Formats: sequence, C-alpha cells, structure tokens
Amino acid sequence: MTRTLIVVGHGMVGHRLVEEVRARDAAGTWRIVVLGEESRPAYDRVALSSYLDGKSAEDLSLVTHEFLDDPLVDLRLDTGAASVDRHARTVSTTDGAVLGYDALVLATGSRPFVPPVPGHDLDGCFVYRTLDDLDEIRDAATEGKPGVVIGGGLLGLEAANALRLLGMHPHVVEMAPRLMPLQVDEGGGQVLSRLVGDLGLTVHCGAATQSVDADEQGRVRGVTLADGTTIDTDVVVFSAGVRPRDELAEPAGLERAERGGILVDDRCRTSDEHIYAVGECAAVEGRCYGLVAPGYTMAEVVAGQLVDAAGDGFPGADMSTKLKLLGVDVASFGDAHGTTGGALEVVYANNAAGTYAKLVLSDDAQVLLGGVLVGDAGAYSVLRPLVGRELPAPPEQLLLPAGSGVDAGALPGDAIVCSCNNVSKQDITTAITEQELTDVAAVKGCTKAGTSCGSCVPMLKNLLSECGVSTSNALCEHFPQSRSELFEIVHATGIQTFSELIGRHGSGRGCDICKPAVASILASLGRGHVLDGEHAGLQDTNDRFLANLQRNGTYSVVPRIPGGEITPDKLITIGEVARDFGLYTKITGGQRIDMFGARVEQLPEIWRRLVDAGFESGHAYGKALRTVKSCVGNDWCRYGVQDSVAMAIRLELRYRGLRSPHKLKSGVSGCARECAEARSKDFGVIATDKGWNLYVGGNGGFTPRHAELLAADLDDDGLVRLIDRFLMFYVRTADRLQRTSAWIESLEGGLEHVREVVVEDSLGIAADLEAAMAAHVGNYSDEWAGVLRDPHKLARFVSFVNAPDAPDPTISFTEERGQIRPVSLPMPSIRQEVRA
Amino acid sequence: MKWQQICAYESLSPEYGVPALLGEHPVALFRTGDGELFAVGNVDPYCGAGVISRGIVGDREGEPTVASPMLKQVFSLRTGECLDDPGTRLPTFAVRRKDDVVEIGLP
Repeated sequence: MTRTLIVVGHGMVGHRLVEEVRARDAAGTWRIVVLGEESRPAYDRVALSSYLDGKSAEDLSLVTHEFLDDPLVDLRLDTGAASVDRHARTVSTTDGAVLGYDALVLATGSRPFVPPVPGHDLDGCFVYRTLDDLDEIRDAATEGKPGVVIGGGLLGLEAANALRLLGMHPHVVEMAPRLMPLQVDEGGGQVLSRLVGDLGLTVHCGAATQSVDADEQGRVRGVTLADGTTIDTDVVVFSAGVRPRDELAEPAGLERAERGGILVDDRCRTSDEHIYAVGECAAVEGRCYGLVAPGYTMAEVVAGQLVDAAGDGFPGADMSTKLKLLGVDVASFGDAHGTTGGALEVVYANNAAGTYAKLVLSDDAQVLLGGVLVGDAGAYSVLRPLVGRELPAPPEQLLLPAGSGVDAGALPGDAIVCSCNNVSKQDITTAITEQELTDVAAVKGCTKAGTSCGSCVPMLKNLLSECGVSTSNALCEHFPQSRSELFEIVHATGIQTFSELIGRHGSGRGCDICKPAVASILASLGRGHVLDGEHAGLQDTNDRFLANLQRNGTYSVVPRIPGGEITPDKLITIGEVARDFGLYTKITGGQRIDMFGARVEQLPEIWRRLVDAGFESGHAYGKALRTVKSCVGNDWCRYGVQDSVAMAIRLELRYRGLRSPHKLKSGVSGCARECAEARSKDFGVIATDKGWNLYVGGNGGFTPRHAELLAADLDDDGLVRLIDRFLMFYVRTADRLQRTSAWIESLEGGLEHVREVVVEDSLGIAADLEAAMAAHVGNYSDEWAGVLRDPHKLARFVSFVNAPDAPDPTISFTEERGQIRPVSLPMPSIRQEVRA
Repeated sequence: MKWQQICAYESLSPEYGVPALLGEHPVALFRTGDGELFAVGNVDPYCGAGVISRGIVGDREGEPTVASPMLKQVFSLRTGECLDDPGTRLPTFAVRRKDDVVEIGLP
C-alpha cells in the first residue's frame, strides 16, 4: 500500500532525505510530496558565493532530471506549509491546499538573524541566505564602493567575499574580539584577520553596530559603530547567525527546545510519532547544528526509520570544518578551544608565512583532542581522523607546515578519512584491494570518499600507494614518461622524429598509444607537415588521411568555415563538390558542413576543388582546435554588445591547426544570452558591455561540464593573450586524451592554479607560452594544400597499391531520405576459408 | 604456392601499411622498421570495413602488431591473432621480396 510522506522544505537536507528514501524504498511504498518555499529546487547553499564567481543557479542545483521526473515525487515550489493538524494528520499549504500524510518531516532550515539595531530594515539592508538574496545584493552593489557585512563568522566572511566578487570594498563588523570566533582561537583569528586584510577587507573586531543610518529617501547611507566610527555605504548585509525555523511547532503542539528549534530525540522524532524534524530546524536532544553534514546524517537516520523501520540513532556531529574563505585555508576540528579539563596546547605560528596551527592535547600530551589551522590546512586530512587517538608522532612534527611527518600509514583502520561521507580508512583500503582500484577516480566512484568537500583527496592518493598501487603515469609499455614529460623532452632537446625519441628515451618500436601522442607533440612544436616522411606512420587514421574515418571505411570531409560565416559562392562550391562526388551532406553542430562517404582515392580531388575555392582543412579529424562557434553579434543582433563574429573568426584562424591532447572547441557569444553556448566549450568567450569574459574547462565529454570564469572584462588583445597562455599551458602539461575539464580537475589547486599561472604568471612562464603560440601561428599552413603539392604524399591516397583505381569491394551504399547511407557488407569469405 | 607481384619494395615506407588486391581479396601489406614484410587480411573482422592497412604499426612486448584504426583492436602481424580478443584472427599471407618486387602468395 502506498503511504504519503510530506517533506516541508526543499533545502540541502530536505532533498537528501527524499533522495535517501527513494534510494532505499525499492518497492515504492512511499509517495513523497515536497514543499519548497523558494522558486528553485534544492541547491548547494554551501557554495552560494560561487554564484557570483561564474557559477549559474543551474550549476549549483542538486536535483537531476531523474529526480524531477520521478513519478513518486511531487515537488511543489513556491509553496510553504502554513500549519500542521496533527490530529487530522494534514498539512495546510500557503496556497490553500490541505494534504494528508502518513509521515511528516519538517526540514524548514533556519532564517538569518537580523539584530534589531535601528535602521536594520532600511532599503539597502540584505541577508545572505538564498540565491534571490544574492540577486538583490548584486543589483544593489556598486563597484568600487564600500559595503558592510555585520557578522564576522563563517557566513559573514562568505558574504564579504560575495561583496568582493561584486567589486566592492567590504568592511566586516564582528562583536567578538576575533573573526570566526566559533571555529578559531585568538591566535588563529589574528592570522586570519591579517590574511583577509591583505585581500582588501577591512576588519572591525570587538565592534558593536549602533545603527544603520538613512539618507533623505530612507535608503541606507552608512553604518555607525558603538565607538563612534562611521562607514559610508549603501549596502549592508546581515550575517550574524541563524535561528531555527520552528514556527510550525507550537501551533501544532510540538515541543520546542529551550533555545529554539523543534525538539527531537536521537532518532529525530518529535513528540508525535508521525512527525520528524531534520537539519537546522531540529534540536536533537536540545541541540541545533548549523552545518550540512550533521543535517545529512539526520536525513539518513529518518530515511532508515521510514523505510526499514530500523537504523541507528543520530551519533552526534563532527563539527570539524575545513574551508577556503577568500582563498584562505581555515580548519578547526575536535575540541578546538581546549574546553576539556586539563587540555594542553601546542602552537606553531609563522607570521612571515601567515600560517597558524594549534593542537589541543590531553593532559598527558598523548591523545589529540582537536586543533585549529589557519593559512595552511594541508595537515587537516591527517590530523582530523586522529582526534581521540594517541599521537603517532611528537606534536611538533605534526604541526610543521605541509603536515607532516605523518602519512596515511599512521592512521588506524577505523579512522574516518572522509567525514562528509563517513568513510573510514579501512573502507577505502578494502575497496582498493578487493575491487583492484588503481586511481583516485575509481576510489571516489567506489567509496564516495572525496566526492564532497575534497579535502581528503591527498589522503586517497596516499592510501593507494600504501596498498601498493603505484599510480604510474607512464604513457605505454614503450615510454616510462608521461605525455607532459615527453613534451618537455622534445621541446628541450629539439628531437625531430619518433624514432629518435624512442631510441633515446623509450624502448621497442611504439604502438597506437605512443605514436599518435608523439605525433601530436611534434605537430604542436611545429616539426613539419603531419604526413612528412616518418610522421605519416605515427598518425591515427584521421590525421593520416586528413579526414574523419566513418564506420564503413570511407571518410568525411569538413572544410573550415571560421565563425560559421560563409559566402553564397562558397556554399555553392560545397554543394557542387558533394553532388559531383555523390556525398552525403549534413550541417554539423559546430556551424560547418560535413560531406560523408568519400573514398580514400577521392580525397585529393575533393580537396583540390575546395582549396581552389578558398577553403582549407577544418581539422575536424584531429585532436586539434575544431570550431569556434559564434552567435551573430552586434552587427545584426538587437541584443549583442560586442562583435562576436569577428572575435570567433579571429580566434579560429589564430588557433587553426593547433594540435592538442584532446580535441578543442570554443564559442563566442555576443551577449549574456549565450546563443553560441560558449560555456559548454573548452574555452568560451561571452561579451559584456565592458569587454569579454573568458570561461575555461567546459564540455567534459561524457561527464558534461560548464566552463568556469577565468577572467572578466578583457579587451580584445588581453583576451587573446590569456587564451594563448591557457591553451599552450594545457597542450604542454595535459595527459594524452585528457580534456581541458579533466586537466583542470587534475591540477592541484584546480582552476585557481590555472588562474595563478595564466593570469598572474605565478610560474613566470607566460612569456614562453605566448612565444610558443606565436610560433604556432607563424608556422601554420593548410595541411590539405600541403598534400596536394607533394606527389609522395598524394601517392598514399590510393584504394590499392597494385590497383589504384579499383574501388574497395567492402564499400557500398544504399539511399535514404534522398542521400547515400553506408551498407555493411557481410564479412568476406576469405576469412572463413583461412580459419577453416 | 602461386606468387602474385604487388609493388616495388621501395614504394613501401617503414612502419607503414598499404592496401593491395590479391585476386579479388583486399590484403594489408606492411613493411616494419627492420625491413620485414607482413601481409594480413585488410578487412577488420569487427566492422567489415577494409581498413587494416591504415592502422598504426608497432609492437606489443616485441610482437609486431597493427592496431585497427576503427575500434583499435590490436592484431599480431605474424599470426593475425587479435591480441585483445584471442580467438579472432585476420587471415595471413605469405609474402616475399624478390629482387625489388614484393610478392604475396595466393593461399
């Protein structure tokens, strides 16, 4: 029999609850109605400020298509619960419906606390909780002006970061004598203040807000502190803590905790056996938790009871946190404030480097109780699982930067390595040995460890090697080096050929893995036409025939049409060539025209006609730059703010022929409407009224990804310079067949590292990267024309060496929708004869 | 064995394959880096297309190989056996260099 579960609140915890129930309820005994007050389904509130840093609401969304299409889930947005009638077992919604339930889960979360200072409700005052709040703050923000955040806790610093991303100069006002008073101690707070001060934040600690002051129109014009300091601003964001949303409790006759929150027991049950509360609105045995991890645990506890009528109770929460706020590492774990009787502290502070680390130890200095790390939280992944255990090494050794005299080996098996997903060291090592996992990605997929905040990923690498898995980066059996190492060898030594390279640095004669990889490296470095001499035998079939192999052994031909701009005459030429050679034609997804069904021996004649008409190879066959898609831009479009067509053509012509570890695509949109879908590309450009925004790392292949903002408001040349550096950095350092998205993920520091290298030139290689790209641009020549000029190369384009004009008997076509399509022939009889 | 003349030895490049017609059978002919000649069926048994001659020549633990350009299965040039999927094999043909001409033996 189907029962009805009502979940009030579609935040992170409410959503996790529904997911857990759906995952465990294979028989489909629960129909679930979810009420969500916001206009959007659940999204990642923890990553809220990234919404102002290039992420879209979609990127932050936690729901999938399957979830939205699930017939057992009825998600009602813009709808809250007005009241609960426990006796009738119904919920009245804010839109007037009355819904019956068999079980009710309150996941109403919390609301920001706004201290009742005079002026707190003026126009220009905001809270920091939802995407809508951020939209309002964005609308109100003025670049270059000061903005004030009331509250210097975790959320307050998040809000300050949001203002900073909007170009404002944030002031943070905190009542306590230090920032993040709940997480860090005084020493850590001092280091933290200095670090965020260096980033342009003005910190006012130990400061109470006396009033928010209005101008004549009743809008915010400034803030006055208790010591008389005034700050001129027209944007004030309150971020001074949260209060549980427990207002449904009392009218329904449910008990509240003394300090607020819906009172529940350790199984998240209220005093009514049909009603549960989870997340920030719940006071588990009297205590509210303001982090998402304990909320997720509560969701699992309740889902267990709903589906299996069993399960463990809430085990209490690990309040450890590690975060990067404004680029500053902050971590606190265990008894960070040393409240345990007799606790001892060991502190290592390095003011020069801006790091602070403290360990809290038991009175005999044997057991780790907790700690605080600011500026460098590298040791967190080793230290946190050690809480409550005997120290494996002297404390001073544990505190030294980059953590660490200890490695994974020091951890006991039951130590929790991934606290987000509650995965122990034992779980991980067992999975590695039993499932024969060989890399971090497999460990993530198998155990879920490292899939949330990612702070334990370095530990996963250590555990792999502890289990004897050497994560080799050898290219193949012929080369012990990785692709990027080979690139550097070829670059530095000037080696011109594959045989020279394998003779000096490899072994054997090569294979279909290393030959094309080396061919790509040689081509990136401009060592001759891809079919020159020995190079020809290295190429994958597409590069060997400068066309795309199709399933029946014929090829497709794609001329370059930069930016998708083409003259009628050129269109006619393509039509005539396709007609005369009987080719199937199709408009591609990249604004080109693809001609299919060309036989090897026909390719030169097809190219000759295209080259004569002014076309060149579109490299649609290569691990190379493919297309730069464009919208129509401000010449024609009503909304366009920049000339996206001209920029797309400039970029496509600049990077044409560039060989890379994987194929590369790009797009240029002339305005934020994004008609060129630039953010689904390896590098995408979107026009703003101030210039160009550059996004990188989109596409992702079968793991689709949006590109993320690398730099904003660039002028034409600035844009091209950054793309030069980005592409060359990728070409040099990525693994074979590694897309830009996976490459960025694989770099320690991810996109931030790319930004440091490409935008800030932290490695001092920007000039070198630009020079390498300039050399590529200078050396470009059309590969098709190169074949047509060279009789030796042309000689390779025959059907049979001893019968150059005899058609290949394995190729035949039928007709469909007025064009050819390939027919697969039965396997030739010779195969059976020989086998028999 | 009847031998059919195919082409001049000099027209074959090292570590490179060419397609040839043996009677009406498509054959892939290879010259490896050390000058050895191999001939196997040109038709990829996994897709039926005549593409083996366009594959990349190399070795796997010393065994001379060609990888089909279609779905990249690797075949031994010596035995025709698919090294990724034992049990599937390409037909093999006798091949010899007579003076400056390459000849393949008809089965």
